[in-house]
Amino acid sequence: MLEIRDLHIKFHNREREAVSGVSLTIHDGEILGLVGESGSGKSVTAMSVAGLLPRKQCSYSGAIYLDGAELLHIDRKELRKKQGKAIGVVFQEPMNAMDPLMTIGKQVEEVLRIHTTCSREERKRLALEALAAVDLPDPEDIYGKYPHELSGGMLQRAMIAAAIVIRPKLLLLDEPTTALDVTIQAQILELLKRLNKESGISMLFISHNLNVVRKLCSRVAVMQRGVLVEEGDVETVFHHPQHPYTQHLIAAIPRRERKENRHGTK
Amino acid sequence: MKQKMNGFFAAGLTITALLLLLTVVGAFWTPYDPNAMSGSEKFLAPCLAHPFGTDNFGRDILSRVMKGAGTTFTVAALTVLMGSVLGTLIGALTGYFGGIVDDLLMRLGDVLTAFPSVLLALVIISLLGPGSKYNVVLALGLVFIPSFARVTRTAFASARDVNYIKSARLMGASSARILLIHILPNTLNVLLPAITIGFNNAVLAEASMSYLGIGVTPPDASLGYMLSEAQGMFARAPWYALCTGAVIVLFVFGVGLIGEGLQRRSGEVD
Amino acid sequence: MKYAARRIASFLLTMVIVSFLAFMAFDVISGDPATALLGTEATPEAIAALRTEMGLDRPLGVRYGEWLLGFFTGDLGTSYVYHQSVSEIIAPKISVTLLLSFVSFLLILLISIPLGLSAAKRSGGALEAAGTAFNQFCMAVPPFFTGMLLSYLFGVILKWFMPGVFPDLSTDFPGAMRHIFFAAIAIAVPRIAMTVRMLKSTIQSEMRKSYVRTAISRGNDRSAVLRVHVLKNSLVPVITFLAQTMAEIVAGGIVVEQVFAIPGLGRMLVSSISNRDYPMVQAIVVILALWVVLSGTVADLVNQRIDPRLRLGGDR
Repeated sequence: MLEIRDLHIKFHNREREAVSGVSLTIHDGEILGLVGESGSGKSVTAMSVAGLLPRKQCSYSGAIYLDGAELLHIDRKELRKKQGKAIGVVFQEPMNAMDPLMTIGKQVEEVLRIHTTCSREERKRLALEALAAVDLPDPEDIYGKYPHELSGGMLQRAMIAAAIVIRPKLLLLDEPTTALDVTIQAQILELLKRLNKESGISMLFISHNLNVVRKLCSRVAVMQRGVLVEEGDVETVFHHPQHPYTQHLIAAIPRRERKENRHGTK
Repeated sequence: MKQKMNGFFAAGLTITALLLLLTVVGAFWTPYDPNAMSGSEKFLAPCLAHPFGTDNFGRDILSRVMKGAGTTFTVAALTVLMGSVLGTLIGALTGYFGGIVDDLLMRLGDVLTAFPSVLLALVIISLLGPGSKYNVVLALGLVFIPSFARVTRTAFASARDVNYIKSARLMGASSARILLIHILPNTLNVLLPAITIGFNNAVLAEASMSYLGIGVTPPDASLGYMLSEAQGMFARAPWYALCTGAVIVLFVFGVGLIGEGLQRRSGEVD
Repeated sequence: MKYAARRIASFLLTMVIVSFLAFMAFDVISGDPATALLGTEATPEAIAALRTEMGLDRPLGVRYGEWLLGFFTGDLGTSYVYHQSVSEIIAPKISVTLLLSFVSFLLILLISIPLGLSAAKRSGGALEAAGTAFNQFCMAVPPFFTGMLLSYLFGVILKWFMPGVFPDLSTDFPGAMRHIFFAAIAIAVPRIAMTVRMLKSTIQSEMRKSYVRTAISRGNDRSAVLRVHVLKNSLVPVITFLAQTMAEIVAGGIVVEQVFAIPGLGRMLVSSISNRDYPMVQAIVVILALWVVLSGTVADLVNQRIDPRLRLGGDR
């Protein structure tokens, strides 16, 4: 459903290409993990899918197809019709990613307000449903609250609710659990897994942590310095990494966590 | 990006340097005696002999402006000196040591900075007695203390917890040494733009008060007082007001540009 | 609600402190009002009698209390110079100054908001640099100098108003308003420059925040991001700044009223300072202080309605 073909991105103020020749495919209902250190180009790849590339400040080539429609060179107006509606994005640090002066409810509804003709009541009903779907207790209460009144974990759930309320085809998750502590992180991962299973929404999950990716994704792609170095089934990559960089990433995971995981989720 | 920020700074520096030159020269030499009257040369428009023209008594306006700019500059510089030294001292001590004195002083500062500086200075002037150069400096200097204290306090309070300050303290450096040698140089980033803004406020406030006749009054004619004189003869000798006003505007404009350049530079560093 | 109550209490406290300081300071330096009223040639008996009559032999605290009460009953003492009730002299001047301040404020809002919004769109480039330089220039022009130029151009040459002759508000309102309008421009110019600069930097720093990216990812276009998210978030610092503007307008008015010969509070203050007419100075200073502190309080109350995070302090 999502196909990235030979994507090149170079920012004008940088020497090196941020992304050089990345090709990736996400199938329907699949969760693909994209792993790499900061500066590996994984976030830039995701941002170009979400249409958040600052087009004036970089040169880009290649193609991104979402269900056959090209996104990279599409004009802004057409792009905006896809943003939020076909592609939902969840960022890291939910406390900053949310508008501090808008209630949670209004932020969850925002995509509906932009992309649909739903009535106010209809929007509220859908928003409450979405808030319930991400396991937030008492959605009616959360609906009227402001971001500063919720914890980081709850906010990230609300961010997910805002991204899925319109049922997009693709959910982009840019390090959604990095800013959260470990127990909350596990809960969010469980939630994402369940949403994927129940609604069949495809996801691109970006993380610097291979272990987290392993808990959630079926397939993983590894990036280093703008280049895709390894791609494959998550267990295969984990047990038989081909590329030295992947081996290095796996070696960086503490042994205890590596073991725990084998007996745990999978 | 770099070029442009230096552009503001360079332009400001050029304007300010030229005016300062005029002022410094004016302290030692003026084309004419600024107070010498001449019945035959009343209301002369700007010409070669009198580039800025003459006033109702036939006095040379360029000479008067040179002297007046000196007064204005001296008052502003002394004001900023007083405000910044005392303000930095208070800000440094309260910011570094904190405590209840810090809370109280900052609360007081908040109330004081809410008041326009001209209004506060007027009140202080009316208590000290109007018409003296030193009272103007004292009044404006006092008024500017809180704003300088606030700027430096923030810098000192945040520097207190920085690691190299902590290690200096562990190595037995005295508080005075830490404040002076270790922290003060790092506050220049915020202090220098504050000084340019303070200087401009001082020039404008002094000019306003002298214009109103309760700031600097003759024989120390400042540019503000000269403008109040010039207003009365605007129809006959518009050059008097225009030249005098232009010098004030350029002074403030030049220093403002320097401040803009400084702010952009420190923004770049951050 | 609690926050508002607290803010209002702090407002009242500030006013009490400010007015007490003003009362005390001028009371100490003004010396003996009885002597001031009767002149130095008066007999000691006459002065003593007047002192008792004026209640000057009572303690400072009591006299302060009475004076403060005067603001509500309209009895602020007698002017040394005009030998007339201070409140009677001041009352008509308040409306003139208020009018001047409101017109200035309106001008500042009407001009700086669109300019600030369009300046915020620009960053980098020659146009931005030119704009910044022009902005600095406008800030450098003292209001009384602008006032002189306007007064000459529109008053003396074009004769749109009579410089130096302020028409009576009640008989020639349009004439008075023309006069006030030009004075308001003089006050507004540097303040507009500051407001534009402030708006620009506030909006630009909000635009760099992370929630803006979220809003774009949801399909908002630039103008919707600005309208729905950024403007509201920029409002709190802007409102604080506007309250400060209110205060600065009054200060600008003190000088500009002199240029245009507008009989307002500022002009009265200046002449009272020159004449050492302390009851007058006392009263005007407290009224201006009230204006300053009140605008700050109103701004805080409005901000607390806008930003729920500011309510935290009061609800606990």
